[in-house]
This record gives sequence, C-alpha cells and structure tokens, in this order.
Amino acid sequence: MSDITANSASGAPRKGSLLVQDGRTQRRNAAERRFQIYGMIAVSVAVLALIFLLTSIVRNGIGAFSQTFITLDVVLAEDKLDKTGNRDRDEMAKVSTFGYAPLITAAIEDRIAAEGIEIEGLSKPVDLISKQAAADLRDFVLANTDRVGETVEFQFLASGRIDGYYKGRVTMASAELDSNVTPQQLMLADALKDTGALERTFNWGFITSPDASENRPEASGLGVAILGSLYMMIVVLVLALPIGVAASIYLEEFAPKNRLTDLIEVNISNLAAVPSIVFGILGLAIFINFAGLPQSAPIVGGLVLTLMTLPTIIIATRASLKSVPPSIREAALGVGASKMQTVFHHVLPLAAPGILTGTIIGLAQALGETAPLLLIGMVAFVREYPGAPPEGFFDPASALPVQIYNWTTRSDPAFVERASGAIIVLLVFLLLMNLIAIILRRRFERRW
Amino acid sequence: MNDIKISASGVDVFYGDTHAIKNVSVEIEGNTVTAFIGPSGCGKSTFLRCLNRMNDTIDIARVTGSILLDGEDIYDAKVDPVQLRAKVGMVFQKPNPFPKSIYDNIAYGPRIHGLARNKAELDEIVEKSLRRGAIWEEVKDRLDQPGTGLSGGQQQRLCIARAIATEPEVLLMDEPCSALDPIATAQVEELIDELRQQYSVVIVTHSMQQAARVSQKTAFFHLGDLVEYGETGHIFTNPEDSRTESYITGRIG
Repeated sequence: MSDITANSASGAPRKGSLLVQDGRTQRRNAAERRFQIYGMIAVSVAVLALIFLLTSIVRNGIGAFSQTFITLDVVLAEDKLDKTGNRDRDEMAKVSTFGYAPLITAAIEDRIAAEGIEIEGLSKPVDLISKQAAADLRDFVLANTDRVGETVEFQFLASGRIDGYYKGRVTMASAELDSNVTPQQLMLADALKDTGALERTFNWGFITSPDASENRPEASGLGVAILGSLYMMIVVLVLALPIGVAASIYLEEFAPKNRLTDLIEVNISNLAAVPSIVFGILGLAIFINFAGLPQSAPIVGGLVLTLMTLPTIIIATRASLKSVPPSIREAALGVGASKMQTVFHHVLPLAAPGILTGTIIGLAQALGETAPLLLIGMVAFVREYPGAPPEGFFDPASALPVQIYNWTTRSDPAFVERASGAIIVLLVFLLLMNLIAIILRRRFERRW
Repeated sequence: MNDIKISASGVDVFYGDTHAIKNVSVEIEGNTVTAFIGPSGCGKSTFLRCLNRMNDTIDIARVTGSILLDGEDIYDAKVDPVQLRAKVGMVFQKPNPFPKSIYDNIAYGPRIHGLARNKAELDEIVEKSLRRGAIWEEVKDRLDQPGTGLSGGQQQRLCIARAIATEPEVLLMDEPCSALDPIATAQVEELIDELRQQYSVVIVTHSMQQAARVSQKTAFFHLGDLVEYGETGHIFTNPEDSRTESYITGRIG
C-alpha cells in the first residue's frame, strides 16, 4: 500500500537501471532476510531444546532397560518347602518368603565357596541379591511343584545397589558411606562377574512387572501402568470418538444457528481450556462419590479423560467438516441426496483424515495426562494386574504418567533411572499412536 | 408451442434484509432451453436456485410467491426437497465431481433413488448417462479412475451426465461454461442442444452470445427485476425495454 502511495506522490515514472537496486528495494530485501534469520533462529532453538530433552531422558533412562542378574544353583530342599511331601500346592503356599530366604543364602554361599572367592571382611553376601528374590523363587516353586527336591539354576535380580554399581551410580567410595552396601560386597560382585554368575541383560521385567516397593527399585516395572493406560485409552476411544463426532456433525451440519447453539459452541471452546485437575475433581465428585464407581479404576480414569478429550475431538472434527468444500455438498444435494446422505456419503469421508488426526491428538493428550488421575486414586500403589476386560476396567490399576510421577517422588536414586525409562516408554507409545494416525490417514486418502 | 413446465408467479426472495428477487413471474416451457441473462448480482442465479429449492440450504434465505412444477407447488409443506431435486437436476458453475471414481459419480444418484435393481442395470444407466453427456468415448476405459482427475471441460460434462443420470425432467445450469475454454464450451453447448429433446433446460449465462446460440427463450434480469422475457431472437434483435437494449449492446452490466 505504502509503495503505491509513494509512487503516485512522486508522480513521475521511475527511471534507473534494473541492474542497480534502489534504496527501497534494498530495504525490502534486507527486511526479508532479517525475517528469515529470525525464523531460522526460532527453529534452531526449538530443535536444540528438543534434542537436549531427548538426550537427557535417553541418557538417564536407557539404563532401566537393562538389569543385573545373578544366576545361582538353588537346592529346593523338600524338608523346608514341602514337609508332608505330597506336593500339594495349597499346603506349600503356606511357606512364606521367609522360608525361601535361607535357600538363597545357602545358594550364594555355596557358590562363593565353590569358586574359591575370599574377600576379607565380607559380610552378608546375600545382600547382593534383591529382596524380591525370595518372592520370585516362591512363585517359581508354586508354579512348578514337581521340581521340589531338585537343584535348579535360577536367575535372581541383583539388588539395586549392585545394579547401580554397574551403571555408575554406586562407587567404592559411596559404598563406604552407604548402609545398604559395603565395598566388600561390590568386590564380591566383581568376582562373581568374572566367573560368569553375574551378568547384565535386557530387562523385560521393566515392561511387564508391576511396581515394587520403595527399597526394591530393581524389581519395579511398568506392567500394571501400561495395562491401566491401555484400558483407559480403550474407554476414551470407545466413548469420546462417537460422542465427539456425532456432536460435531450435528452442530456443524444440522443445528440451526441461534443463541443456544452459539452458547454451546462457546462453552465447548471454554471446556478445552479448563485445567485438567478440575476434570479430576469433577470425576471424583460424580463418578466415584455420586455414581459409586470404584477408586483407582481405569473406567473412572477413562471417563474423566473422555470429558477432557471431547472438546479436542469436537473442535478438530468441526474444523475438518468445515474444510470440506461447499461445492461437494451442493453437488450431492443437487442430485437429490438428503442432508444425512450428503453428510455420511460425501462430507464425512472427506473429513475423516482430519477427524482421525484430531482423535489421535486427543488420545495422546489423554495418555500423558496426570493431574486428574491423581484425584481419582490412580496414584495408589498397585501390584495386582487388573483382570481381563470388561471386569478389568473396574479393577485398581495405575497409569503410565502417574507411575512416572510416583517414581520421581521416591528417594532411592535408582528410581531416577526408572522414571526416565518410563518416560521413554511413554514417548514410544505416543510415537506409535502418531504412526498409526499417519498410516490410517494415508489409507483413507488413497481411497479418494 | 410447448407445454408449460414451470410456472412461477409473484416470486420474492430475501436474503436477510436484502430483497434479491422482486415479484418475478415467468413461465418456462418443456423441451426448451431458457436462458437467464443479466449483469452480476441481478438475481438470475438466485432465481434459478429457487426452482429446485437449493436456497433452502441457506439459513437466511426466504422465498415467497408460488412456483408450480407441472401444476404442483414446489414450496408446499408436503413437498420433500429431496424428491424435487431428483426431478429438477442442477449443474453448477464450477465443475464439482465427487472425489470418487467416474463410475461412482454417475451411479450415486441412481443408487440413492433406487433407479437400478442390480449391477447390470446400474452399468447400463452409467453408460447411457455418460453417452448423453457426450463423454463416454473419453472415459469408457477408465471408469474406475477418480472423476477429479479429468480436465475441466470433461469434469463439467461428467457433472452434466451425473445430473441426467437421475432422469430429471428439468435441468438447471448455473453458468456451466464459465470455467471452460472455448472448445469445451462448444462441446457443452452442443450437448445442451441435444438435451433439449428430452428435458427442459434453464441456463444462467454471462455470455450473451451463448444465450443467443443455445436458447429459444431468454429472460433478462436487472437488480432483482425480471425486465423482459420472450423469444431469444426477439430479445436480441428487437428488445422492448431500454435496459435490455443497453445491456445487450454492452452499455450496462
């Protein structure tokens, strides 16, 4: 605009060589270059921040995927585990983990003696093995009652400190000051490593095991949290997608434009901006206190997250419905299609990629949401896996982001690694969801 | 003299507070091409869209007066616009094929109206419509390809074929050639002349040459009024109203 006025003000046509840039052109080009530089700076800052974030998480968390194990030969003494000798599972279940602990102690002491390892001042070599080990051994025996009386090779989790020693968290110097581990025990670990009894392998338990208590970080896993999150996502998908899409289609294509629909529209946008913790209080009041649904259950978490996801899906769906060109609607109406046929045969398929993207974004948001889940009791310590659906929806469970939150509040430094590992798992799930969205979108687009 | 197909009397259209069509009365004959001409914004498209109630889709549009199709009031409360639009087909200014295959573009109308009992009959309708749309030879080997992949002129003929696949009695065309080059325009005009044998065609056009070439009757609209309506030859050679004369000689518009 200013160019035009400046030109007409001077009145006379401009004279000058095209090969020489005049002052105005130079200023314009300089402004353009400046803008491009700002843009590149902004992009670099964002990319650097992302790289920094990812590397720090991966560096902290990658250790959670490997774990130190100690393989020992354990004598499953019949006189300790099955006094009656009839291999009755119920009777054997009466032997608590305290009954198994001496077997493990004997196993490691035998091993030390057999290898001829001598370390001065070594006490309680059994501390090398996780406190979880007795429970694991008990589970094994109860599952394989016929093995009692034999000597079996069993892989035990090493304790958190020993694991930390091989991940660089624990050193000889820190062990001096640590009441949980002694330098002699670390030396023993090194000696066992030389004999091949101690090794570091991939840690499936981190993905499949349930959470473990404060002083057994080595045994903790994400199994219950992953299952809980999966159940919640199923609830959200099954409820939020149809409700959201139906509401959007009605509002966008059928509803008359009046005060009431304007009010509804404004409130949907407002709903999207409501802090998520408010939805948690709402869920606590309505679903748990009023409707009487159980606490810590994926169904309640799913319902709360559905409320949170709905506005996202509705807004995305309406935007993609709006972006379908009106000429397609006219074409369909012109050949005598009814309003509903127009929407379902022509508009909705064209809007589907956008709707899918919106839904996946909504789901991804829900997957990472923590605050509302804290209020409905999903922060509880849950070691039992929820059952199979549909009953499982009502069983107590945890959720991935809540598990991360939970672990970051624990004092043992081993949980830093666990929390970062859980973040990696969460990010992998988010990436997978985006991948699914892209694949589905491609598929739908190819049809048209 | 042909039968009267559509008889409109005292039609007023309001868009909110705007009075877009003022007391228009016109009788459209069967087996005739009727052209609506006039400067931009004169209401000719609006009036055309009244004839198959496409204005219903615009919330603020209000239509009064009576429009009779074969003696039946199309604005009667008992009339379902869906049935009406099956009888009164429409071709739009911009070619707007569905983003589906050529076959599905044509088959969509017959499918939703239940005009074919089986696949063979549907195939037959598709072929017949494409032949009448003068595009069969060009697309017969690629019926499964998307209609949006055709050229502009082909797309418009596809849309015409789609409109006639539902066996309408009246075909409304809203500037069907405005997005086409002269060759495609000639093909479409030739097609319009053939369609006259079976349908009553109403065409809105900005090109007076086109109106003169294809139509038998011409209506001239100006600022929402129907200024003059009569035989095309008469209007172009001997207009009665001075505004018509100014427009066709290029002094207004």
